[in-house]
Amino acid sequence: MPVLEVQNLTKKFKQVTAVDHLSFQVHEGELFGLLGPNGAGKTTTMRMLTTLLKPDSGFASVAGHDIIKSRKDVRASIGMVFQEPALDRQLTGRENLDFHGRMYGMKKDLRKSRIAEVLDLVELSDRANDLVETYSGGMQRRLEIARGLMHFPRVLFLDEPTLGLDTQTRRRIWEYLRKMNHEHKTTMILTTHYMEEADSLCGRVGIMDMGKIVALDTPKNLKDLIGADVITLEMECGDCEIFRQLETVKDLVEHGNRVSLMVENGERKIPILIAFAAEHGIQVMSVELHKPSLEDVFLRFTGATLRDREAGNVERARRPGFRSRRR
Amino acid sequence: MPDFIKKGRNDMVSISSQAIYMLWLREMKRTWRAKSRMIGALIMPLFFLVFLGSGFRRATMPDMPEGVDYITFLIPGAVGMSLLFSSMFGGLQVLWDKEFGFLKEIMVTPVSRLSIVLGRMAGGSTVSLTQSFMILFLSMLFGFRIHSIFGLLMAVGFMFLIAFTFIGLGLAFASRMKDMHGFQLVMNFVVFPIFFLSGALYPIQGLPAVLKPLVYLDPLTYGVDGLRASLLGTSVHSPALDFTVLAVICTGMVTLGSVLFETSDVGQ
Repeated sequence: MPVLEVQNLTKKFKQVTAVDHLSFQVHEGELFGLLGPNGAGKTTTMRMLTTLLKPDSGFASVAGHDIIKSRKDVRASIGMVFQEPALDRQLTGRENLDFHGRMYGMKKDLRKSRIAEVLDLVELSDRANDLVETYSGGMQRRLEIARGLMHFPRVLFLDEPTLGLDTQTRRRIWEYLRKMNHEHKTTMILTTHYMEEADSLCGRVGIMDMGKIVALDTPKNLKDLIGADVITLEMECGDCEIFRQLETVKDLVEHGNRVSLMVENGERKIPILIAFAAEHGIQVMSVELHKPSLEDVFLRFTGATLRDREAGNVERARRPGFRSRRR
Repeated sequence: MPDFIKKGRNDMVSISSQAIYMLWLREMKRTWRAKSRMIGALIMPLFFLVFLGSGFRRATMPDMPEGVDYITFLIPGAVGMSLLFSSMFGGLQVLWDKEFGFLKEIMVTPVSRLSIVLGRMAGGSTVSLTQSFMILFLSMLFGFRIHSIFGLLMAVGFMFLIAFTFIGLGLAFASRMKDMHGFQLVMNFVVFPIFFLSGALYPIQGLPAVLKPLVYLDPLTYGVDGLRASLLGTSVHSPALDFTVLAVICTGMVTLGSVLFETSDVGQ
């Protein structure tokens, strides 16, 4: 049985349908990502799955509990890391964790040992007794992740866990998440609008646009849907049609003094192409290899780039009544 | 679900004493760390007491109780004032938690909404009772004498009722407000009228008839009158009447606050 089951989940805010008949399943131990631009409905989905928002229609169960009928059981089974900070800044890091542990009814000894453990995991042990208001953004995020994991949730929800963090901190957070996922088999469901994050962290990715999942698979399979790598050669002179003689070149597009060649395993084909060009007296000035990314997948399924969508959402956000759904 | 989380109890009504204690403890820690706020909250009632008290020292007002000078008359009013302000503030604290996102962390835990409300009540009433005792203590340093020991016990009862009433009201407002912008509005259009109409500063009998209905709708009227009965031994209504009316209003307010809090779309 899947640990998370979503069927036709729908939520409207006034005229806007934020989540539109959404359906998907996540199995125990998965690291599942919802990828999409801001305003795609990811946060609204998370809020419904964590019982903070009631859906208009549809059904979902988390760890076997209905998110409408057994909210307390759902809450007891999950951990949540929110998009915006949700720490008490007037308390120390340790006190925030202690608060959390008591709210989940953890006994004193367990609480103490677990606090030490998670602080160690996110490398905050030496700052545990400082007030949270003295923490940097990255440290606050790490503390929130530690808190989300502290009570051994079966499912951990993370809403944009690395939003606004520098690359180094982001990579460290990915490491903690992989480690927890690996060692404790904690199922994790995260939202992100970073392609790179979904690609390197998630076992499966659902691409979300305008409240719907438009594609769902492993990052590799999704990228394979796009197909070949593209090698672009910049040339001094020569007839580029000649590359069609090579069997590895599936297709080519000529634009000015450049030619884009569709091949598989692009990195292995570059030497062959260069050698072939030299043989035929073509002078190559530069080579560029483009591997298909989830960005291309998004483009393929929605007909828009992530950036287009985000710009569009800024327009929508200016309309009155739209802001309320983002908080 | 981890085994340490107890299963199968009713979704919304179960009470967790550990969670209530934790919410109370958090409030104490926060208050202790913001001592200046606590002192600041004491200053206003003390200013009223010192400046109004000395300014109107010689003034004679109709309807003043026999043999009670103005500053003595004012002391229960200042205690009521400090309870009103700090309790409303305590209830409205939910807005701060909303603003800083911490409310979501509280709401996503398996603790029942009722326990969260009770934790907030426990924390808020401790803070505001401490403040009002400090005012009482300071006035005793300057020669104020409480009517009787029984009076003091009665006063504590009234203080609890006033605190819970206004924490409930604050919670009700906070549950229906989106952000902090309404805070000043509530202070100006709710808290100050409640304060001025309560008779904390002057005898209510002298107010024009138009204002009388408002005076009798004001929960603090019964609170201040009850405090005067307990601390000075003189009052407009019988203390039993004050207590009964205030207890009824208090129950209503606490219920209203809890219901609005439980049904609010928190963190939206």
